Amino acid sequence: MKKISLDHIGQYGIAIAFVLICVLLSILHPAFLTLSNLRVILTQVSINALLAFGVTFVIITGGIDLSLGSVLAVAGIAAAIFAHPDSYPLVVPLAAGIGTGVLFGAFNGFVITKSKVPPFIVTLGTMTIARGLALIFSNGRPVSNLSDAFNFIGGGTIWGIPFPIVILVFTFIVCALLLGKTTWGRYMYAVGGNELAARASGINVNKVKMMVYTLCGGLAGIAGVLLTSRITTGQPNAGMGFELDAIAAAIIGGTSTSGGTGNMVGTLLGALLIGVISNGLDLMNVSSYYQLVIKGLIIVGAVVLDSMSKNR
Amino acid sequence: MDQKLSTDYILQVRGLRKNYGGIKALDGIFFELRKGEVHALMGENGAGKSTFMKILAGLEKPDSGEILLEGAPYKPRGTYDALQKGISMIHQELLAVPELSVAENLFLGKEITGFWRKWIDNRAINEMAADRLKKLGITIPPETKMKLLSVAEMQMVEIAKALSNDARILIMDEPTSALSDREAERLFGLIGDLKNKGVGIIYISHKMDEIFRISDTVTVFRDGRFIDTRPAGELDQPALISLMVGRKLTGFFPENTSEKGAPIYTVRHLSQYNCFHDISFELHAGEILGISGLVGAGRTELARVLYGLDSADEGQALLHGEPMLPDSPRTAIRKGIAYVSEDRKSVGLITKMSVLQNISLASLNNYAAYSFIKKKDEQSAAGKLARHLRIKCSSLHQRVETLSGGNQQKVAIAKALLTKPKIIILDEPTRGIDIGAKAEVYHLIRQLASEGLGIILISSEMPEIIGLCDRVLVLSQGKQAALLNKSEATQEKIMYHSMPR
Repeated sequence: MKKISLDHIGQYGIAIAFVLICVLLSILHPAFLTLSNLRVILTQVSINALLAFGVTFVIITGGIDLSLGSVLAVAGIAAAIFAHPDSYPLVVPLAAGIGTGVLFGAFNGFVITKSKVPPFIVTLGTMTIARGLALIFSNGRPVSNLSDAFNFIGGGTIWGIPFPIVILVFTFIVCALLLGKTTWGRYMYAVGGNELAARASGINVNKVKMMVYTLCGGLAGIAGVLLTSRITTGQPNAGMGFELDAIAAAIIGGTSTSGGTGNMVGTLLGALLIGVISNGLDLMNVSSYYQLVIKGLIIVGAVVLDSMSKNR
Repeated sequence: MDQKLSTDYILQVRGLRKNYGGIKALDGIFFELRKGEVHALMGENGAGKSTFMKILAGLEKPDSGEILLEGAPYKPRGTYDALQKGISMIHQELLAVPELSVAENLFLGKEITGFWRKWIDNRAINEMAADRLKKLGITIPPETKMKLLSVAEMQMVEIAKALSNDARILIMDEPTSALSDREAERLFGLIGDLKNKGVGIIYISHKMDEIFRISDTVTVFRDGRFIDTRPAGELDQPALISLMVGRKLTGFFPENTSEKGAPIYTVRHLSQYNCFHDISFELHAGEILGISGLVGAGRTELARVLYGLDSADEGQALLHGEPMLPDSPRTAIRKGIAYVSEDRKSVGLITKMSVLQNISLASLNNYAAYSFIKKKDEQSAAGKLARHLRIKCSSLHQRVETLSGGNQQKVAIAKALLTKPKIIILDEPTRGIDIGAKAEVYHLIRQLASEGLGIILISSEMPEIIGLCDRVLVLSQGKQAALLNKSEATQEKIMYHSMPR
């Protein structure tokens, strides 16, 4: 027991908070702890979790990505355009959606590494560009009439498990392995921990940054495809503010905004916590206006706790 | 020093204790400081000096014990409170705001406001700053931005800042670590003036000659405990060292046991405009080549070019006859050149990461298959090296920021060694580390040389250069002033060549 360091408290803290809230909600509302509701929660969480995984990589290297929500929208539109029935094989809309995300991520990474402009500013610009392109490609109207095969991604089930949950689990495993077990993951921590020392240790800092932004964009692309498929429409206005939920999940999960610390388990828990709380509030008919206030308070609370455990 | 010290104590500390987690950082400390006294505080890193200083400066609160400031209980609520009560600290790490001017930094927190309410009166600040700097003999224009200053200059400003608080007690933590000898002289002059004004000075340094030169009294801590307080006149270097380490140090500098091998590395006419010009030397396998010079002579800049952190403007370097001026540290590492930076915290290490992760960072690809890290291989390689260098840590997973300076330095050296270099460039490898660890680092350097590595040792400490190096390259204002053999390398000669002319 004595070996528990302050590093761990943050992560245990989120796990404990998550369990407590689940217990509380299942007492408050009988419908909470049912299989069908849990399925709903996980399906709803999946999109935010995908974005949060991506932004966790970015934040660990000391950066930030504000363009996620808009990239999700433009990727969703790109996928929808190629997803009409009897037009292209399924792989084309998937490639179009994910590829669009990758391109935007690579663009972010390229500008950030070449110009040395802070990621905050660059991705703020990309956020507007991507939103504009989503509106241009869709002529400002929802793109509907999508093929059944495409709609399976967000709406179908495998052995009773909604397909978005399958994607969530698979992506989580890949991201957690990449971050925790590979040289790339180690380099991400190094770059965020001390960029100069990382360079002096022979790490190609620009390549690492390029990689995290591209990865983050790619995950936003997958999330875009997922959302479009789930609502069976490409919405140019989709994903407004999603980047903030994703960043919140990462931070609640213990990723430090100053870079160099964080992990995927924490981020997953952070996303689940946000999902469970908004689900619980929905069940109890709390108005969405109040929900925003509560969510904000939780984010501030998590960050304050995090900084308190560090500066003790 | 003369014994005409007053008996008025300005500071009395009794039975001070402080625990961090389960670790006793301070375990019953006694300390007394008189007016106008320079009181040296000695001890190896980890002895509790920093914790003690932090408590005095109001950064930490003790668990128990009593502090009396001029007879009254002293319990600072924070650094500001400590300053108000006349205790000023000059930090080992500089805490200036780089974007502000020298004058603005001097008056930070107590800006002189002009006639019109809260507008900061820049002209008045600049004038007062110029006045204050002049009194201390510091010739830096007060409107210069802090970030444009050298480390030594920043330190001078930092001292001027501490003095501007009408300090009764001044705490100096390794104040000369970044100063050239001449700048240090100026500082000692300043300390003399302050003594005469009745300021009590607590002085921490690892440099023995300084301690004996300026201090009246010496107190030694070891492992968080008070060991002894004695007049400096009663002590000599071996006695003081044995108090600090609790044992006698024999053979501070190792014997030269390495065979000088064939030349492996040649630098020809290397220049980086504004920093150094026309540097040429050869490095043999098994040789320790010292690079000496005053602050600003271009030593670190030269090292950075050799390692690929910066680029050269002219000249070349040859490793085993092949042109070898790396375009990045990555290339340098791959070709067998390693560098241990003078600045552990910002260039050398990633302090948030563990001992293990730091040691393996520069050679991680050797311990990975298809990008997946082979944890066992990594651990055994890093663990072996950690044991070999005797890095003191609770486990390989301990974070580097919690290690003492000497152990941090060993981690940085271990990281460099794990890349299996042919040449290793050590930049101030013993800066800020305690005397026991220093001796260990010296033996390690010699051992590496005897294993056939070529070693370039940059150091500001003359004994280190003379005691350890086989040849000494002296730089002066970026120019190659001399290349001395071991027999020629005396303190006087090196100093003579270092002087700007």
